[in-house]
Amino acid sequence: MTGFLNALPGAISQGLIWGIMALGLYITFKVLELSDLTVDGSLCTGGAVCVMMMVNGANVWLAMLVATLAGAATGAVTGFFHTKCKIPAILSGILTQFGLWSVNLAIMDMNPTVRVDAEKFGALVSSNFVNEVKKGRMAFYKHPIFVVALLIIALIAVMYWFFGTEKGASIRATGTNAHMARAQGINTDANKMVGLMLSNGLVALAGALLCQYNGFTEIAMGRGAIVIGLAAIVIGDVLFAKLFRNFALKLAAVAIGAVVYQVVVQFVVSVLDINTNYMKLFTALIIAVFLTIPNFQGKIFKKSRKERSHA
Amino acid sequence: MLKVQNIRKVFNEGTVNEKIALDNLSLELKPGDFVTVIGGNGAGKSTLMNAVSGAYPVDEGKILIDGVDVTHLPEYKRAKYIGRVFQDPMMGTAATMQIEENMALAARRGKFRSLLPGITKKERAYYKEQLATLELGLENRMTAKVGLLSGGQRQALTLLMAVLKKPKLLLLDEHTAALDPKTAAKVLETTQKIVEKNNLTTLMITHNMKDAIAFGNRLIMMNNGHIVVDVSGDEKKNLTVKQLLDMFSAASGSDEADDKLLLS
Ligand SMILES: Nc1ncnc2c1ncn2[C@@H]1O[C@H](COP(=O)(O)OP(=O)(O)OP(=O)(O)O)[C@@H](O)[C@H]1O
Ligand SMILES: [Mg+2]
Repeated sequence: MTGFLNALPGAISQGLIWGIMALGLYITFKVLELSDLTVDGSLCTGGAVCVMMMVNGANVWLAMLVATLAGAATGAVTGFFHTKCKIPAILSGILTQFGLWSVNLAIMDMNPTVRVDAEKFGALVSSNFVNEVKKGRMAFYKHPIFVVALLIIALIAVMYWFFGTEKGASIRATGTNAHMARAQGINTDANKMVGLMLSNGLVALAGALLCQYNGFTEIAMGRGAIVIGLAAIVIGDVLFAKLFRNFALKLAAVAIGAVVYQVVVQFVVSVLDINTNYMKLFTALIIAVFLTIPNFQGKIFKKSRKERSHA
Repeated sequence: MLKVQNIRKVFNEGTVNEKIALDNLSLELKPGDFVTVIGGNGAGKSTLMNAVSGAYPVDEGKILIDGVDVTHLPEYKRAKYIGRVFQDPMMGTAATMQIEENMALAARRGKFRSLLPGITKKERAYYKEQLATLELGLENRMTAKVGLLSGGQRQALTLLMAVLKKPKLLLLDEHTAALDPKTAAKVLETTQKIVEKNNLTTLMITHNMKDAIAFGNRLIMMNNGHIVVDVSGDEKKNLTVKQLLDMFSAASGSDEADDKLLLS
């Protein structure tokens, strides 16, 4: 149990980083109601670009900015496949993701892993910082939890503002009812493009932070990322759907969902002492359960209402 | 206001399922014309509207709205000129968005969508006023999600949204067909009021012969992708359902009028 408690700050830090990824996923999955599988590739693109720039001496903020733009570019490719070539969204994402493997490896100079020393290259977050702060060798505001939480708050504020603008509202309409959107003069293809770019930009930013945190980037880091992001969205939704109606709070729920997921994973690994090999199976089951709960709740709720009306 | 010249639309061309939905069809509407459109199932009425609105491209012919050739404009660009209400009440509004958000989207039809706020205080007051004219109490539910509204309420709202920014052309495709008779009558009444107040050029498809005669200043009947009857003025005003049925039989070459037409 103490092992778990000691590992908690690290798990929360990683959860918050995954929260940024999940916020990106939210734009395609929830706002646009589009299944975009690009993210497994764009997460790594973000990490690769960021790490390569940092080890070549670039400023960390510049590296993260370029990583985000690179992610947006991957989204644009998927958007192009989908809106211009009329390939179904899921397949478009799979194609981009598949091709990105080669691109990402090329960015990493054909090395499957590239290390980046946090201190030497001035990383914004690192797993080392968690311990350093704990030992009092570093100021508290450098703690990854603090840094990433601030970043998330800023991102949620920007997303909240953006989806309230004329453009943002038209993107929401595109996702809800493309038919209506076009009848109201909205260029739905262009909006899907914008949504995919924003989404993958955020995913790449998360990838950039994740690599800094881990101290390396690896070509396979994005594998299954979509499932973790989805888990965050689903968990956040199940835990807070009744409580949070406001859009900003819904976004916060997604980030919290990501943290809950990482903490649960940590719990399973360190307290239940389960072989990490089974994590993927465990994750799939968690998501299935959380996806089932809402339907189940609905049934129970309806039943009790019916019972009441009979009484 | 609307000029449709020799348009042709074939579905599944070259296959066994080939269907000529619009066959060298021409139609011209003067500003302020309110035209009702009738015809049997599959006559091509919806296809005509979809061709005009740009939902799909035509194979041949030209479409002009107020002198502008829109034949090759995508649907979203034509929306600048066109207000639409569909048969399916789900189709015309964004269910997960609020009533006022839907209206704000409609008010920006044909305009560039910027990063300015999606809705302003001043707009809200105006929308409230406009909603009140529907007499459905929606003005007190401005922030309710549209998904919570009934079919009739949604159609009335869609209608209001279609004219919020005055369109050059209003297209109504059986917009009361999915409603119960009482609600349908109410929505039709609202339609009449809105069309008259704004002096809108309107094309309204209906399956109800009585409505087709009662509303508008001109009536066209379609069959097999053609316009087979076109009456206006006093001739239309004095039409009876019986005469209309006879015309239909004569035009379609069958003695038995379409089931659905007989029903109404
Ligand atoms: N997307 C499509 N693909 C293939 N065929 C179509 C398509 N849309 C319409 N058609 C065919 O074109 C013909 C005209 O259809 P349309 O929907 O215009 O008829 P309508 O007059 O509106 O009939 P209704 O009164 O049933 O609404 C029909 O034979 C229909 O099957
Ligand atoms: Mg039809």
